[in-house]
Amino acid sequence: MTINRRHFISASAGITAAMSAPMVFGASRPQVVIIGGGAGGATAARYIAKDSKGAIDVTLVEPTRSYYTCFFSNLYLGGFKDFDSIGHTYGKLANDYGINVVHDWAVDVDSNGRTVALAGGGSLSYDKLILSPGIDFVDGSVPGWDLSSQNKMPHSYKAGSQTQLLNAQIENMKSGGTYCMVAPPNPYRCPPGPYERVSMVAHKLKKMNSTAKILVLDPKPKFSKQGLFEEGWNKHYAGMIEYIGPDMGGKGVEVRPDSMEVIIDGTPEKVDVCNVIPAMKAGKIAELAGVTDGNWAPTIAHTMQSRKNSDIHVLGDAAAQGDMPKSGFSANSQAKVCAMAVRAALTDSKLFPAKFSNTCWSLVDTNNGIKVGATYEATDEKIAKISGFVSKTGEDAALRKATYEESLGWYSGITSDMFG
Amino acid sequence: MHSRFCQFKKILFSTVIIFISCYLSVYALADDRGPKLFKKCKSCHQIGPDAKNSVGPHLNALNGRIMGSIVGYKYSKAVENMGRLGNSWNRESLNKYLENPRGFIKGTSMKFAGITKESDRSELIDYVFFVSTANARIPSYQDPELDQKILSIEGDYAYGEYLSSECITCHQASGQDNGIPSITNWPVEPFVTALHAYKNNHRENEIMQMISKRLSDEEIASLAIFFNSLNN
Repeated sequence: MTINRRHFISASAGITAAMSAPMVFGASRPQVVIIGGGAGGATAARYIAKDSKGAIDVTLVEPTRSYYTCFFSNLYLGGFKDFDSIGHTYGKLANDYGINVVHDWAVDVDSNGRTVALAGGGSLSYDKLILSPGIDFVDGSVPGWDLSSQNKMPHSYKAGSQTQLLNAQIENMKSGGTYCMVAPPNPYRCPPGPYERVSMVAHKLKKMNSTAKILVLDPKPKFSKQGLFEEGWNKHYAGMIEYIGPDMGGKGVEVRPDSMEVIIDGTPEKVDVCNVIPAMKAGKIAELAGVTDGNWAPTIAHTMQSRKNSDIHVLGDAAAQGDMPKSGFSANSQAKVCAMAVRAALTDSKLFPAKFSNTCWSLVDTNNGIKVGATYEATDEKIAKISGFVSKTGEDAALRKATYEESLGWYSGITSDMFG
Repeated sequence: MHSRFCQFKKILFSTVIIFISCYLSVYALADDRGPKLFKKCKSCHQIGPDAKNSVGPHLNALNGRIMGSIVGYKYSKAVENMGRLGNSWNRESLNKYLENPRGFIKGTSMKFAGITKESDRSELIDYVFFVSTANARIPSYQDPELDQKILSIEGDYAYGEYLSSECITCHQASGQDNGIPSITNWPVEPFVTALHAYKNNHRENEIMQMISKRLSDEEIASLAIFFNSLNN
């Protein structure tokens, strides 16, 4: 696609006189509130603050003071990363970029009055609201499991204490025990994530509990990078992983947290660690803000604006993203499009055509990295895929090592891009 | 720091090729006599992104280089022999060579009397190693399919800044390289050449091939001037 700068939309057209002079600092500055400090929200906050050079007042609402990235949390489970290395704080966003970082839960949105209510009792006014809350779980999607079971059967699909809990359970599993994963149905956060996790758990168990078994119960007939993962599992973890797809009972699995049982096709089976990754939906605040349609929030691809409310943008996992997978990389990419659109709406900056890209790296075993990626453009209908690639089976060890090293570089890059 | 940086930049501008000015910030913290000392060398030795062999071999990626190992440069038998015996250029060997070239490698064709003062040698080596290492990462090859007209396209800085946000997810704006190469401070020409090389499948990396195929010639030129401007 050739892009000619002459065709760029000038943002100043169509903006009222009152909105066109927001360069005056102080109380008159337009206010942007961002809910969620992950790959979408932190990036959007940083880009709006950085590129508007103080012309926009940016508030980031994130409950945790230390944010643990979901990406690379599997590498912590595999013993390739220590827990601290996936933790990040918001000091630079506050100090270097002048962002108001509020550590609180956003509990409601009044979209008519344009205010956000906080659990601590406060309220924030906005001209533009950006929701990047990530995911919540669909109640009842795995019969027998709800959030009250998450300590017995952790999901570990929001990084932090859940990740540490699963790690401890795996490390303390009895000799020859079984780690079971109940994999999620589509669409969900990080398509290769569950299968990278299986690889990392296998890597850990092979070293510390070599007679242990891994049982994967999957409701999907196929999964991301399947051929590559299966190649790796056969090569590195032969005989260790039992994969049960929907035809063999992987669909409709029920769990009994109290007795540590999974019911496969009506037959109970005792397991030692049970990692239940339920079906997912947009983080609850998106629903409360009235921007969801079903489980996700539909968006206009050109700007990441909600299709239901033009003052609200939705980023990352919570958004219905067209062809893009739900990943930290995607959220970061969408955040930049959103930041540009928000600046253009509130100041006189230019609106360029949206460009999106994503790459998901996964680690199969030591120095055995694989990747899948694609580029996307905005159409009136959705975020549409242009072209993509995926690693190939049978690649040599040097290339796989280079792919892994590239993923380390990406982690360092994207976390700098998010947190400054 | 800022004024010292600027002053250093001026000196360097007049002494070594312009391109190197991008790499000075780290070096400038250590010392700024290097470029002056390098005056003695530069009539025969080139260093920097476009460095080629001239009277003497180019000095990019010198630290750790086996002596007499640049293909296409005609060395003296004496230097070649040193290389065959496994000797390489490092701080120690270069220090001895610069002190007394013909004493260290009898039969070298380098016509240079040597530098007596140890601190001068040391500072010169600091400088050469810094600049030559910084340039080792910049591709020096040519893309045979690249139309030379493409190199003369003028980019747009603001557009490049916008487009760069896609690159910066992996290639850090700070210039840090933790597994993905730094692309800040590159001179425009090798930057444009590298992206077109990916676009034409002359360089391998699926992500870079995919990303570059989506970029127009003008967009590549715009990215080049933006990343060139990142001084770190």
